[in-house]
Amino acid sequence: MERIPILKMGPFLLVTIQVDMHDQLAITLQDDLTNRIAKERSRGVLLDISALDVVDSFIGRMIANISGMARVLDAVTVVVGMQPAVAITLVELGLPLEGVHTALNVEKGMELLRRRLAADAA
Amino acid sequence: MKSASRVAGLIKHHEKDLLGDWIKEQLGAASMRGDLLKEADLREQSRAFLSAVQEASQKGGIDSIDGPAWENVRQILAELSKSRALAGFSPAETAMFVFSLKQPLFARLSKDLKGDAEALGDELWNATVFIDKLGLYTTEMHQKSRESVIERQQTELLELSTPVVELWDDIVALPLVGTLDSNRTQIVMETLLQKIVQTGASIAIIDITGVPTVDTLVAQHLLKTVAATRLMGADCIISGIRPQIAQTIVHLGVNLGEVTTKATLADAFQVALKRAGAKIMKGVPAQEKAGDGDAERA
Amino acid sequence: MAVAIRSPEDIVHMRQTVREHAVRQGFSLVDQTKIVTAASELARNIINYGGGGEMLLEQVNEGLRKGLRLAFVDQGPGIPDIELAMKDGYTTGGGMGLGLGGAKRLSSEFRIESRVGAGTRVTITRWK
Repeated sequence: MERIPILKMGPFLLVTIQVDMHDQLAITLQDDLTNRIAKERSRGVLLDISALDVVDSFIGRMIANISGMARVLDAVTVVVGMQPAVAITLVELGLPLEGVHTALNVEKGMELLRRRLAADAA
Repeated sequence: MKSASRVAGLIKHHEKDLLGDWIKEQLGAASMRGDLLKEADLREQSRAFLSAVQEASQKGGIDSIDGPAWENVRQILAELSKSRALAGFSPAETAMFVFSLKQPLFARLSKDLKGDAEALGDELWNATVFIDKLGLYTTEMHQKSRESVIERQQTELLELSTPVVELWDDIVALPLVGTLDSNRTQIVMETLLQKIVQTGASIAIIDITGVPTVDTLVAQHLLKTVAATRLMGADCIISGIRPQIAQTIVHLGVNLGEVTTKATLADAFQVALKRAGAKIMKGVPAQEKAGDGDAERA
Repeated sequence: MAVAIRSPEDIVHMRQTVREHAVRQGFSLVDQTKIVTAASELARNIINYGGGGEMLLEQVNEGLRKGLRLAFVDQGPGIPDIELAMKDGYTTGGGMGLGLGGAKRLSSEFRIESRVGAGTRVTITRWK
């Protein structure tokens, strides 16, 4: 069965989405991710969508779900690498993506996560 | 209608001869631009056009050229006008393609209706109105295609001239000058976002000091730009809001929400620096060695 | 041309087809993304609510205007209240309720016909 790989990067997890997601894959990813967050006690999830040239409401819902579930498990989700054309389209589409953090790339995403964790710990 | 089908019927029966006469007419005309169009092409275009006109007039009559029966003819004229406009023909020269059909058509009508002055008068009238419509359509299409060339050139110019300036490590600025229409704003938005990705900037300052008016549409586009920037993981500050523009924005009821706005680019830069974690300190002037007003990272 | 839309995998295939045509017609990257995203939304609707259907794709010419027209057709239950269905956030299936309104916003032209018990047809056009 196809699975999206989840990489551990210190206290964070990195998920790189590179294929066209369909329902089964999305569900599997959410399951795998929740399990992994719990297992590794990860505090942050980086969702790399730089390879996605289309983000529709289905993917949007998946991102919102992942963010929500992670939060319940005390982890922060940062979506990174959104392409400009996708950003413009999403604004037009009106996708809310409330409470979802974003950063330009993985590096900046990790910076963001570290800052938040430092703020939390302070 | 009897009179309508007469012209159509005539075109059908005498298509080959009409074509010959018409081509002769075009080749002899002063407006024939032998430098811009080869004779073989002219022959082919004329043949195709006349054949399409013949078909359309049979199907839909000649009272109007707007219906579905005339779609093919309109398409041919549109393409023809476009290619002639691009080649450098003037609108009049292009329209002559159609108008020069009058002479051969009238000549044939006169021959056919010799002896029936009233019918001939009617038919000449029908024919001239019909050809005028086609000629006018050609001119319109010529115009439109010129406009679209200008538009395209403007777009290319805009893309080249949307200057995104890197002010600092993490900060870019986009000083906008001139009127912002829908089209331009879209391009500006795309260019800005691409530059943000390229430079890895976290903050973009959009300065509208040089924009004379802001209406609801422009305001909406600006807000969309800010939203798109945020979605990508960067942030936007809008600066250069003159008092008049501030008034317009309030009167229009545009909700700027959480967008940070500053009166001047300088103010916006200060805010951006602070957010980026930098600080500008004024040092003691030249006598001392340290601190010449260098910016230091906080 | 027609593309069957019966399973989630078909959506992926349809997106690629639309993207190819949009590229071939010379649409800008943003316009490509908009039309593919709109198509994706409408295709999902067909699968989630329409019980499967198809997408019809055609390149359109109107004088000097060129564009891409996509029609999404299903023989499903139909939409009883179209106005309500077009409102953002309205959903009968746990989605985000953005499909119809979103597709409209992302397209140059939008048309919807639906009859309860007979099916739905949504047509979007993007001009170059």
